[in-house]
Parts: sequence; structure tokens; C-alpha cells
Amino acid sequence: MTSFWSNWIIILTTVTLVGLLWVLFATRKGNQQATDQSTGHPHDGIEELDNPLPAWWFYMFLITIIWSVGYLIVYPGMGNFAGIIGWTQVGQYETQVDTAEQKYRDMRDRYLALPVEEIASDPAVRKMGMRMFANNCAQCHGADASGRYGFPNLRDDDWIYGGDAATITATIENGRQAAMPAWGSIIGDKGVADVTQYVLTLNGRDADPAAAAAGKTVFQTYCVACHGADGHGNPAMGAPNLTNGVWLYGGSEEQLAHSIRAGRNGAMPAFKGTLSEDKIHILAAYVYGLEKQ
Amino acid sequence: MKHETIEKNVGLMIVLIIVALSFGTLVELVPLIFSKESHEPIAGLKPLPALELEGRDIYIREGCHTCHSQMIRPLRAETERYGHYSVAGESVYNHPFLWGSKRTGPDLARVGERYSDDWHRAHLYNPRDVVPESNMPSFPWLFDDEVDGSITGRKMKALRDVGALYRCRHCGRSIRSRRQERNRSPCCLPATAGHLAEIEALMDINELRGLSTAFLMLAFLGLCIWAYSSKRKKSFDEAANLPFADEEINQRTMREQDQEDVKND
Repeated sequence: MTSFWSNWIIILTTVTLVGLLWVLFATRKGNQQATDQSTGHPHDGIEELDNPLPAWWFYMFLITIIWSVGYLIVYPGMGNFAGIIGWTQVGQYETQVDTAEQKYRDMRDRYLALPVEEIASDPAVRKMGMRMFANNCAQCHGADASGRYGFPNLRDDDWIYGGDAATITATIENGRQAAMPAWGSIIGDKGVADVTQYVLTLNGRDADPAAAAAGKTVFQTYCVACHGADGHGNPAMGAPNLTNGVWLYGGSEEQLAHSIRAGRNGAMPAFKGTLSEDKIHILAAYVYGLEKQ
Repeated sequence: MKHETIEKNVGLMIVLIIVALSFGTLVELVPLIFSKESHEPIAGLKPLPALELEGRDIYIREGCHTCHSQMIRPLRAETERYGHYSVAGESVYNHPFLWGSKRTGPDLARVGERYSDDWHRAHLYNPRDVVPESNMPSFPWLFDDEVDGSITGRKMKALRDVGALYRCRHCGRSIRSRRQERNRSPCCLPATAGHLAEIEALMDINELRGLSTAFLMLAFLGLCIWAYSSKRKKSFDEAANLPFADEEINQRTMREQDQEDVKND
């Protein structure tokens, strides 16, 4: 703040306080006792009395003015004057953060030194992890971590990118971007239908044998690179296993055909910048130790 | 000045009340309007590009700001949940700002890149599809609405005129306002006389705002003086008593009625 505005505030604040005091005392002239003397203004038989301000009111007013003077000395308020205790909003926030840091540092360092697998069953970690999960992950994966349409279930044994502790940590840190291309324009409507039938046979479901056989040829040409020759998928590329009956976008024939035709590009955001290392560590332990369904 | 004088003179009382109330505004608001902190953008702040600008207008249209704030307070509980607390310099290009005053839903100031695009689509279509506990309304019509970009450029121009730092298309230099533009060497302008004249003619919107406020204040004070001047008091008093003129006649007729009643008895 420039010194002009600082002085502006100081002068106007002082003028206000002095003005209030003046009004208070200027209107307190005369008899201090209630006399029930009329002002001579009757309204519908109700008379207005000319009594002074009640004493408790007058003294309360005085106390608030004295309080404000003390307040302006202790806290910032008078322009650039910082107050004698040097309080600032940001300073108070930083104290809060520092206090928390002092309090939790030892515990955090202890957990950070231990591997994810080991702390996954620690009750304190589960409690902290649950809250962080509710705050950051439940929006997509659900409060119980069982997933939604398009967002993976974290409580089954099927992991798209791998379920070991290091991979879970990496997924939380860097996020994931699925890259299933849209095949509709490449393999055509018949190709999509055939591959759909073939994927059904991979799960042992009823399918048109002729179409499935044709689909197998297409699959071996286009899909094999990511999903593997036998359709078991490849966690390194985030290609899901197509044989275990777990479907991120539903397992109906229509949904399968849609996935093949239009592709799927589910994304998990990176939390590296949002959450600190220790929090990601605890969160990974929480996800790693989730009770299986 | 006697207390009685003020109490019996409404015009004087209004003026004194305005004077008394104006101290708060003068001390708490006016210095902020001129303070550097509320005008200087933070380092690296950019005005919204066209698509995000249209998105923001849809955000305003749908009333998102009535339930979501964009203002993280410097409290640990908030920064743990939302991220770094908000500072004034982040909002200097926002007209109007959307800090909000009520959180029915969470703060959205730093929600960018926290969720995937698919999540946002699913969530806007029907929030309960992804968050069963949600009480946010569904916005399915957003999937059919098409953004009409025909006035996006004009919106950006308007924002530029109130200070958004859009860059010059010709040389890439920043253009803050028309006033700065006309004080600048003509690099980032096609320096035709007509163009410059057009810019000269347009006033900075803040000057216009200041002038209109001053004008309205003067008009108000003038009206007060006119209304409460002692010269006109007589005619106003007469006008004020017009409704009672009938009453006298009524009372007279009532008295006559009474007398007639007495006679008849």
C-alpha cells in the first residue's frame, strides 16, 4: 500500500473513532436520570419521553471504542502499521501448516521408510488412506473403491496396469492414459462384428462359429500387438485381459462392439503435483491393502 | 447543531446518515480499488482462450457459481483438500469474478486436471452415475447445445477493454487496454489514421464508470437540495396535506349527520 492510502486509512479511522466519541458525549448533555419528561410528541396516545441513553448502553458503546483502539494497536488495521504482534492472515496459515508438519513429520518419515506392502495393513495407514481416498479417488472409483462404468474396480484381482505396490504408486503419481484405437474405419463393420464374436468365444460365451473364426484372423492381425495372441492382455501397455469376464465398459455384445469400433481412452489424472510423496505412499498402501470382494 | 434540528429535518438527516455510512466504504473499499495487489496479475497468468471463455460463460449461465466457490481460503483444512489458497492476482482478468459466497458443492478453483474429461462428461450428464451420494443437478442439455462462436471475438475484445492481457495478433505484444494501446508505438497496430481515431474516441471503461458514479452522486445531492430547500417547503407541505383535505369535509359531513340524528331522535 502506498503511503498516501496508508495515511488515508489512518486519518479516516481516527476521524471516525473521534467522531463517534463526540456524538456519544454531545448527545449526553443534561440530566442523567430518567425523568419521564415528555418531548411533547404524543402519537395516538403514546408519548415519547426525553430520557438519556441507558447507562449500560452508554458504557457498552464506550467499551467498544476502547476495545477498537486496543485492537488497532495489536492487530494490523491502521494502514501500513503492522500491529505490535505482527499478525498476518498468511502468517497464521503458515503457523498452522508448520504445527501440523511438526506433529506429523516423525510418523510420515517412519511410514515413508517402510515398503508399501508392509504398511498396507497398519490400522493408522488404513484410516488416513481411507480419508485421502474419499477426498481424491472416490469421485471416480467410488467410495468403496469398487469402480463404476469406465472407472476400474480396485477391489478385484484384475489390474489393467498391474497390481503390485510399485505399479500402484506409479499409477497414482503419473496417471494413466488408455490408448485403444478406434478400429471401425480400419476393419469395417463386418470386421468389428467378427472380432466381437471372437472375443465372446475367448470368454467361453455363445458365439457364431463362422464369424468367430473370421474374427480370429482379424484379431491376430490387429489386436494381438497389445492384447496378446491368446487375449490375456499386457499390463505394460494397459491392454486388459479379454478372457476373465472383467469388463471396464460392460461385457454386453453391444458394448464390446462399441469398444472395438470407437476405441476407448480412459484417463487417470496424475497426482504427483497435487499430493505429496508421503501421501501417495500411504494412498498406494491403502489401495494395495483393500479387502478383496 | 441540535439533535432536534436533525430529527425534524429529514433532508439533513439523510445527508448526515450518508456521511456516517460512507466512512466504512472510504476506509475499507476505496484503497483496495487503487491497490496494486488487486490489479497486478500473478506471474504467468493468461486470459482465457476462446473455448475456455465460452465454457466460463456456460458456467455462469447454468449458475454453477451459486453452489461452487472459486476461492480457497488460507486455512490448512482447505489447502489440504483443494490446493494452494487463492490470491487476488489470480482473478484480475475475471470479469465478473466467480469467487462465490456459498459452497453446496466443493470449491473448484484448482479442480483443473484433477479428473479426466470422460469423468466430467459422465458427471455433468448425471452426477449420480459416478458419485452416488451427489446432490448436484444433472445437465443433460449440455450434450445437445452447440456453442455459437459468433460473438466470442467481441467478448474477448470487451474483456481486453477492462484489462485482460490478450496479445496482439500482429506482433505478439501484450495489449492491455485501449488507453495503453494509443500511448504505445504503433508496432502492434495497423497505424492508419482512421484506426487510431477510433481508438482515441473510445473511452476506457473505468473512466466511464467513475464518471457515471460521480454524475449520479451529484444528481442525487442536487435532488436532495432541491427537495429540501426552504423555498419549496410551503408548496410541498400543501401537497403533503392534500389527502387530509377530504378528511375535513368528511368530518364536517359526519358532524352534520350526527346533528341530524339528534334532531330525529
